[in-house]
Amino acid sequence: MIKLEARPEPSRVAGWLSPLLAAAATLVVGFLLFTALGKNPWTAFHVFFVKPVATVYGVGELLLKATPLMLIAVGLAAGYRANVWNIGAEGQLTMGAIFGGGLALLFQDSTSPVVLPLMLVAGIAGGMFWAAIPAWLRTRFNANEILTSLMLVYVATLTLSLLVHGAWRDPEGYNFPQSKMFGDAALLPILLDETRLNVSLLLALAVVALGWLFMRKSLAGFQMRVAGLAPEAANYAGISARRTVWMGMLIGGACAGLAGVSEVAGPIGQLLPSVSPGYGFAAIIVAFVGRLHPVGIVFASLLMSLLYLGGESAQINLALPSAVTGLFQGTLLFFLLAADVFINFSVRFSRPARRAMVN
Amino acid sequence: MDQLAQLLVLTLAAGTSLVYAALGELITEKSGVLNLGVEGMMLVGAVTSFIVAAITKSPWLGVVAGMAAGAALSLIFAVLTLSLMANQVASGLALSLFGIGLSAFLGLNYVSVVIDPIAAITLPGLTDLPVIGKLLFGHNPLVYLSLVLFAAIQWFLYRTRAGLILRAVGESPQSAHAIGYPVARIRYMAVMFGGACSGLGGAYLAVAYTPLWVEGMTAGRGWIALALVVFATWKPWRVLAGAYLFGGVTLAQFQAQGLGVDIPSQYLSMLPYLATVVVLAIISRDAATIRLNAPSSLGKPYHPDS
Amino acid sequence: MTPMDPRLRLSGITKIYPSVIANQDISLSVLPGEIHAVLGENGAGKSTLMKIIYGVVEPDDGTIEWEGREVTIANPAQARRLGIGMVFQHFSLFETLTVSENIALALEPVQAGADLSARIREVSAKYGLPVDPRRRVHTMSVGERQRVEIVRCLLQDPRLLIMDEPTSVLTPQAVTKLFETLRRLAGEGCSILYISHKFDEIRALCHKATVLRAGQVTAECDPRNESSSSLARMMIGGDLPNPRHREARAGEPALVVSDLSLPADDPFGTSLSNINLDVRAGEIVGIAGVSGNGQKELMAALSGERLLTDPQSVTILGKASGNLDAAQRRALGFAFVPEERLGRGAVPEMSLADNALLTAHRHGLVRQGFIRENVVRDYATRTIKDYGVKAGGPDAAARSLSGGNLQKFIVGREIRQRPKVLIAAQPTWGVDVGAAAQIRQALLDLRDSGVAILVVSEELDELFEICDRLAVIAHGRLSEATPVRETNAEKIGMLMSGSDGS
Repeated sequence: MIKLEARPEPSRVAGWLSPLLAAAATLVVGFLLFTALGKNPWTAFHVFFVKPVATVYGVGELLLKATPLMLIAVGLAAGYRANVWNIGAEGQLTMGAIFGGGLALLFQDSTSPVVLPLMLVAGIAGGMFWAAIPAWLRTRFNANEILTSLMLVYVATLTLSLLVHGAWRDPEGYNFPQSKMFGDAALLPILLDETRLNVSLLLALAVVALGWLFMRKSLAGFQMRVAGLAPEAANYAGISARRTVWMGMLIGGACAGLAGVSEVAGPIGQLLPSVSPGYGFAAIIVAFVGRLHPVGIVFASLLMSLLYLGGESAQINLALPSAVTGLFQGTLLFFLLAADVFINFSVRFSRPARRAMVN
Repeated sequence: MDQLAQLLVLTLAAGTSLVYAALGELITEKSGVLNLGVEGMMLVGAVTSFIVAAITKSPWLGVVAGMAAGAALSLIFAVLTLSLMANQVASGLALSLFGIGLSAFLGLNYVSVVIDPIAAITLPGLTDLPVIGKLLFGHNPLVYLSLVLFAAIQWFLYRTRAGLILRAVGESPQSAHAIGYPVARIRYMAVMFGGACSGLGGAYLAVAYTPLWVEGMTAGRGWIALALVVFATWKPWRVLAGAYLFGGVTLAQFQAQGLGVDIPSQYLSMLPYLATVVVLAIISRDAATIRLNAPSSLGKPYHPDS
Repeated sequence: MTPMDPRLRLSGITKIYPSVIANQDISLSVLPGEIHAVLGENGAGKSTLMKIIYGVVEPDDGTIEWEGREVTIANPAQARRLGIGMVFQHFSLFETLTVSENIALALEPVQAGADLSARIREVSAKYGLPVDPRRRVHTMSVGERQRVEIVRCLLQDPRLLIMDEPTSVLTPQAVTKLFETLRRLAGEGCSILYISHKFDEIRALCHKATVLRAGQVTAECDPRNESSSSLARMMIGGDLPNPRHREARAGEPALVVSDLSLPADDPFGTSLSNINLDVRAGEIVGIAGVSGNGQKELMAALSGERLLTDPQSVTILGKASGNLDAAQRRALGFAFVPEERLGRGAVPEMSLADNALLTAHRHGLVRQGFIRENVVRDYATRTIKDYGVKAGGPDAAARSLSGGNLQKFIVGREIRQRPKVLIAAQPTWGVDVGAAAQIRQALLDLRDSGVAILVVSEELDELFEICDRLAVIAHGRLSEATPVRETNAEKIGMLMSGSDGS
């Protein structure tokens, strides 16, 4: 018989080990999966995890894709710590792209250096606006933010679709559903030559540092953690539940909005019907795999970014479906949640119970 | 009159996948477990049923496979949350994300495949009766099955001892454990029943309602099903009513197009999602009713020693 | 089996948890018709032992003999089949279900037939335990719920009934009634295991007592031949501490409640109606009452955890505070020790340092919004030292502390903020005798330094020991606070049952 026994204190060692354990277990599953698909697993691993980052361009892509992931995940983590379950980051990202992109289209011909900062602010505002709706519904009507924020993802995506099919469609775009390309003043400067990596990485790292300062060192961050761990203790200490919900949602929305505008002002350069390959959802996994800790999130976002690149690489080189990426992402999160059991429980192998006679 | 009957038939057809998924989730939640993985389980159920139907040429075998796939997926969730004490919200989200990825992966080679669907029944003589013919005798067999499931659940929950035990476990696992009920085992069964129902809901979409496979074809129905359970304040008959209400809303876009209303399709596509948000806000507003009807232990982990 | 063979005999029962030895080599035997007390402090291992007998917990070692045969009791259903019934301290009832549904759940399917309601009425009439089978449990008082639990056991024709601290939820008058029922049951041959830490009750009711201390049997005796102080010595291994209690010198009213009415915000809660109370600087006012009569709601209203529409209904140090939240009230010089320690008074997973920060952050622990970690650790360390908290240091998680030590930490944390008004709910509930005495003394010292203190407790002895004036809460109404010398347990008991004729 295997029994779980509650530890008197959470284990820190297990807290650090469990993501590694989960990553290792995911690799094992990958090994089995590749074998089952008739590929040499070692070749597949090479194609999946090494080949994409063997060039400077590849490293640039790795960092480029990690940027929105870490940005969104840091914002989500602040909320998740407080039990504010914003799972609509994909929608907030889309709104950020719409707000920021709309501004870029408005100042299509401007060369002013304020266009870009204004766009970033507009993107943040767009994300916050979209996150404010579930926050308001939760604090005013007690409506579950998981469901409302998720529903608003569909609404945001449809809104973007409406715009690029209609009012914002490029008249010279051969009827494709896409906007005009943004002007140069509306694009983020490239950080590394020969790559698509732009300054949004620096913005993201700055946000990570701020996130760390906020969650670990500030009273407000501490109070959000209290609200997440023990809502009644928070109420007892006079920590406003409303404020917690608002902060948790708005921080997540701001970060997702910034990520959204950074995508359209970065690698995309215009508005398209889809501006994200699911970064808003993948960031949920990044947040958990990163232990809801800013530093952990940086590493987790690199790992997830590598999974994206690996999926593309496997599609090109091995004719494997890129959907493998989603599978790996989900598997990783499952293993992490399973490995987390060791943080709060120790495993005891009890001897088989003596079966004495009854009646 | 005939048109109205036709509309009702379509509404029932549109709401049926929600009936399955939401009734299954209702049973899961009655045991005190919140499984947010409905969307993922529906998708995996849909793709599995479609693949099996395509290979075996038997849509009914597909339905069974879809249920089994949904149950298998929910078993992962059950192990995580019931045996390994993982957070139910995080695990449910993980299940949805995993299911979305898995279904996309499995269904890649089946995107443009055509299958023999499960078709609506026609009873010679009866189905052709004016008005009531279609209304009573013209549905898909899976629509009838969903009504049978509803009746069975209603009877099970409020007329059987097993149903009483399930409700008791959901209200207070501590008390249920203290008087000797195997809380974890009961919850495992409730979660897997919910998984099978979600799989069935997905299978209905893939082999009956719109017999084809498209990535992400549930289009958020799993999440709407979760909202429906709250909307229904955990009562089966209200789940049924809510599911048909939402079924009707999803029909709006097709109906509007048919009537030649000139409005961008995106507005109509938004309707079910906006309706969910609005309805959720209205129902949740009454905190006392929610408190009285929600299973008290919903979403809280339970470990007998701690 | 001869009539005087023991019904139940335990030998060498041992149960070890990772952090504590709950039971070590415990032996006891209970005769048919015997009311057998198991006496011990909180944490002495009584509850674990009872759970072992009832099949909830599996012992690591030792044997259980039932009516002369060795048995393994794997689960409660099996215990019930043997003829063992248990009335839990925290009831194992389901609030949204009816009485008969609750009872049916605990019976074998064949027993829970259609005539169940009739049998419930029959048993409840026979033993003077009135219950209505159709009522839903959440509409019932704690005393009524206990009757449901007892009736539920009796329907199974138990030959051994385990009662875990049954009187903590009853008025003195209801205790007398319960004892009549138990004596009658014993007279019919049913054995009773009576778990308690109250000496008077055990002396009045029980034929035999087994005393536990720190998981071990320290004495066996006939309680009818013992005094309260001799029982106390067996239980704690020393004399009961006596607090110094000087006459109060009460000053100006510091906490005033006027015409406070508040509908319950929870369908299972109690509404408060027209509550008036004043607590003056330098006095301790106590509120007695059976739990579930509005204590929880009153505490939430006074602490600011629930906001009031009329600011005038609560005045703290002269300032109308009804609409202030808990943080704003604390800024006025208010502190609060809540009933639940883990999860409300402290965050279980967080360190003691973080738990100090929880309410004490106004006292120099934070600068410009940022936490001063050294000051926080210092605050926690000093609290641990000054209040004799047994803990691994400021980094120990709150949940790793015993109930008594965590309570000392919370009381210390609140007192060290130098409040002008302090409210303490059930300050010594579930706390061992030593820690309880220490906490009571700390409250008395605080009173002498001029602080206004309000104590809510279900332990009448405690209230009489430390309070200067006493009020009683029943059905959401509060009686006038009377000086302790002008009242007695019987009068308070009458008020607790709500039968004061008003």
